[in-house]
Amino acid sequence: MQRLVILGGGTAGTMVANKLRRRLGNADWQITVVDHDDDHLYQPGLLWVPFGDIEAEQIVKPRQRFLPGGVDLVLGEIERVDADANAVVLAGGRHLPYDYLVIATGVSPRPDQTPGMLGAEWRRSIFDFYTLDGATALREALASFDGGRLVVHITDMPIKCPVAPLEFTFLADAYFRGRGMRDRVEIVYVTPLPGAFTKPIAAAHLGSMLDDRKVVVEPDFMVERIDTDTKTLVSYDEREVPFDLLVTVPLNMGADFVARSGLGDELNLVPVDKHTLLSTRHANVFALGDASNIPTSKAGSVAHFSVEVFADNFCQHIAGKAMTASFDGHANCFVESGDGKGLLIDFNYDTEPLTGTYPLPIVGPFALLQESARNHWGKLAFRWMYWHLLLPGRRIPLPAHMSMAGKHLPVKEPQS
Amino acid sequence: MTVASIAGTTVHVDAEGFLTEYDEWSEYLAVQLAAGIGIELTDAHWKPLRFLREDFRAEGQTATLRRVSTLGGIPIKELFALFPGKPAKKMAYIAGLPKPHGCV
Repeated sequence: MQRLVILGGGTAGTMVANKLRRRLGNADWQITVVDHDDDHLYQPGLLWVPFGDIEAEQIVKPRQRFLPGGVDLVLGEIERVDADANAVVLAGGRHLPYDYLVIATGVSPRPDQTPGMLGAEWRRSIFDFYTLDGATALREALASFDGGRLVVHITDMPIKCPVAPLEFTFLADAYFRGRGMRDRVEIVYVTPLPGAFTKPIAAAHLGSMLDDRKVVVEPDFMVERIDTDTKTLVSYDEREVPFDLLVTVPLNMGADFVARSGLGDELNLVPVDKHTLLSTRHANVFALGDASNIPTSKAGSVAHFSVEVFADNFCQHIAGKAMTASFDGHANCFVESGDGKGLLIDFNYDTEPLTGTYPLPIVGPFALLQESARNHWGKLAFRWMYWHLLLPGRRIPLPAHMSMAGKHLPVKEPQS
Repeated sequence: MTVASIAGTTVHVDAEGFLTEYDEWSEYLAVQLAAGIGIELTDAHWKPLRFLREDFRAEGQTATLRRVSTLGGIPIKELFALFPGKPAKKMAYIAGLPKPHGCV
């Protein structure tokens, strides 16, 4: 009997369990999923919580419900992985030996990593929205906000769903307009990147979206600390951004057990081959979803497409064959832009988001890099698809590899 | 992508002048690129630049300031002093690497 242990029962881990349970015979393979609780959170839904457009029970369901028969769910804290001994050690001392290990424990916001963030103003005037507690608390804060300076802030890259802070900004603009008080709210977008849009074609097509909404962008801002007395973000080069209400995306880090096990980089992300997701150090350890260091967005979409590629590869790998499938870094994300509209972006390691259309039978095509109501409805419909098709590992008519069909090729600049 | 001539060397660059081919970079070229944005390279500048070059070769992406600080052992404040205003962008430019970017 061979043993596959999957750490994390989130998007990636649940899909892996479903896809591999079908392919690996029950008599030959034991599959175990480990997580610290039984609450599966549909993370894209968090975006709507602060605006009162979704309820917690719509985005949290028991993990167990999405795991197939023949997969054991173990609830417990992971103390460490002993990769040399091929065993996971849980808090309390329980050992889970494995033949193959999948690390899919994602990343978490870490407000403790920025001095002052977890101080007296945390959840009073400083909020995050990447946790259910944070998004729920922010809902109260937005409802009682009577004007002033709202600062939307990214601590550092990489973060989960890198477009979410932009989406939050667009939705906040629409929300305050809806309440007839937009003129009393100053919105500032603070980013460590050189701008809100950094890819040339996206920047050319979307660059005015923040200007149009009278959002001020503060680029190249690396926060060093938050001064809670004066309610000010202070950067390493001593720039200051004061706020009345701060919505921050704290530093994202992989799980602490990854660091304790000596398996991570400086952000506790597991170094892997970006095409096979196999650990660069251990031939029986893979990292999927946000937990790895692959150079593409940390997003459920990436988890989905990479798991499809991984499932084929895994069966070859355990048979001692070379892995022939190669993940291309494909991601495909709806971007909410307010007022019932949205954008769609589709890209991979080598191709930046382009304009054009994304073909899809019956419900498509979806406009790329362009606002449309259909994109908004696509995003809303995805929640149903997530619970009913994606997590159970059913086939979805979205190819794992990026396709150029419908995309406009950028015009080559003349060679000088 | 266009072709530019920097100090007599022909290199491929993007619309903002960032080198697009890892192997077209040289330390000599870095000195010229730095001078072009008003920076005279000292030993203190070379330490993070060499870290970035090595790290990119291994990781396939430009290291963040936090990574340069944590793994390269250079405080972020010092990076701001060495490459004023936009250290991440300026270091990538001089090191012949892609500038830091998001997904859009």
